[in-house]
Amino acid sequence: MARTLFEKIWDAHVVAAETADTPAILYVDLHLVHEVTSPQAFSELRERGLTLRRPDRMLATLDHSTPTLPPNADGSRSYANAEAQAQVAQLESNCREFGVELHGWDSAERGIVHVIGPELGATQPGMTIVCGDSHTSTHGAFGALAFGIGTTEVGHVMATQCLLQRKPKTMAIHVDGQLPAGVGAKDLILHIIGSIGVDGGTGHVLEYRGAAIEALSMDERMTVCNMSIEAGARAGLIAPDETTFEWLQGRPRVPQGAAWDAAVAQWRALKSDDGARYDREVRIDAAAVKPTVTYGTHPGMAIAMDAPVPAATNAQERRALDYMQSRPGQPMQGTPVDVVFIGSCTNSRLSDLREVARVLHGRHVAAGVRMLVVPGSEAVRRDAEREGLHRVFLAAGAEWRVPGCSMCIAMNGDLAQPGQLVVSTSNRNFEGRQGKGARTVLASPATAAASAIAGRIADPREYATQEQAA
Amino acid sequence: MKPVIRLHSRTAVLGDENIDTDRIIPARFLTTTTRDGLGKLCFHDWRYQADGSDNPAFPLNRPEARGCSILVAGRNFGCGSSREHAPWALLDYGIRAVLCSEIADIFRGNALKNGLLAIVISEAEHRWLLDHPGIELAIDVREQFIALPDGGRIPFALEPFARHCLLHGVDQLGYLLQNETAIAHYEQREQAA
Repeated sequence: MARTLFEKIWDAHVVAAETADTPAILYVDLHLVHEVTSPQAFSELRERGLTLRRPDRMLATLDHSTPTLPPNADGSRSYANAEAQAQVAQLESNCREFGVELHGWDSAERGIVHVIGPELGATQPGMTIVCGDSHTSTHGAFGALAFGIGTTEVGHVMATQCLLQRKPKTMAIHVDGQLPAGVGAKDLILHIIGSIGVDGGTGHVLEYRGAAIEALSMDERMTVCNMSIEAGARAGLIAPDETTFEWLQGRPRVPQGAAWDAAVAQWRALKSDDGARYDREVRIDAAAVKPTVTYGTHPGMAIAMDAPVPAATNAQERRALDYMQSRPGQPMQGTPVDVVFIGSCTNSRLSDLREVARVLHGRHVAAGVRMLVVPGSEAVRRDAEREGLHRVFLAAGAEWRVPGCSMCIAMNGDLAQPGQLVVSTSNRNFEGRQGKGARTVLASPATAAASAIAGRIADPREYATQEQAA
Repeated sequence: MKPVIRLHSRTAVLGDENIDTDRIIPARFLTTTTRDGLGKLCFHDWRYQADGSDNPAFPLNRPEARGCSILVAGRNFGCGSSREHAPWALLDYGIRAVLCSEIADIFRGNALKNGLLAIVISEAEHRWLLDHPGIELAIDVREQFIALPDGGRIPFALEPFARHCLLHGVDQLGYLLQNETAIAHYEQREQAA
């Protein structure tokens, strides 16, 4: 029978099939761990006298609570508070005690968990991947079934390498045609969420497919899959292809030599069969996507930046528009900006930073605007510095930081002040997400960079044209 | 987990749609390394004013909402981050059940594993409950219905295994550990492949 990509991965990982009374027991290939959602799970294991079933299938890093300023002269770090420091120390000691590989402060590979998994080649097609983090959906870009779990489930995977799961439904998102010049993956995913809604994917695993998806680079595919959860979906998938294999080949954890060829041969079968049925299908016209931003307080409130902000239809939307100070009938383009944040598991990879540098080159951030550029990993930082991108950022008046989640979740001390408007390349524009009272507008790296220069939300295509003309 | 079989309470209503887990517990409080004591942080930035006093505009601060353990919330409650701190905070705050026409997937799973009844009801019944705060409800997990003061009943679906675990206080990790043989077989098959 014709099966979807999701069904193929699911079927290959069933330890015990689901019944009317019991969920399936699903095997987990890779368990990613960070400091925020793991301490209670390690404690539970310790209390129950349990050990890790497969520490070799775990990979830990420090990213959420970590300062993004370099260490002080005495080697100390500027933690937001003592609790943040203690949380990091606890992951370090938990990993030592339980024998988990940790990419800590001294690792040249440390970074945001969803950036380093792929970089190390730990993320591979056909895998099941989980993490106590909803943006685990990022890894779906490689044709892996990857989803976020709670801390109780983190404990389940630690002790048994398995999860109890009911099979989710499937939804195909066909993106036909070609994205216009100057419009990128972030614009596309904001457009998709704006189209299907912030809960449009609830209960479903999304599969992104079609010509516009196949044309995306791996970095762009990660941006798309990353935000699947912002439509309420458990996971988002893209079938692996030559782009995927080329990106992965030679990475530290992928098979080498003949084993690589064998793996690729298997991975080629990881696509939905002709005639496979999805529970729901949606079609998106890539050619209709424009530079897109959010205007409200969830990622589904997204529109083209030159389109008028829709009028509120209920109390909830009125509250969102009031909070954002967005004006119905007016476009978001032109709105004054206080802070610009480049970073997060959505947009902190090398290609994102190159895009920002291309817009910033020879220009300066507008007076009064603070701009933070936070690379996704130490590897991204090294590569960016090798290319001299950091010099472009610094010359433009931006801050160049060390890797971490930073202002995406604003729990490490990097945050905006009440009322400030942040154009952010991250994934959530919830009330207070980037600091109490802070107003977040989600955007692509190019839009964020253009807005930093203009001091107002700006169309990056205007800047690209100027640069080419000059 | 203690068994959860029945629950009686008046309802409190938070009618906003899409109440995300950042609103339930802001990220800056996630530096904790325990599950305990998060109730005082629940809905923190909505519930308190800048000077730390109670915000009178927060619906759960109203006198009639005090002590209510059943929350009727707007659609898509618990969206966003997977933080289990959200159900931990709600439980410690005194909420034992959330009724909604749609609940975000990860939050719902986390809630049920902690004995917080995350229950999905029909849109019409949800609308009615949103419009009638403070009514006395009795939730029957075994029979899967909510009893109204007038004797009416709202049925609800509950995943059978989650229901079983709630009724008997079953520890899901214990259940998984009992399947060790099947897991070992899977690993052997995988290695051979």
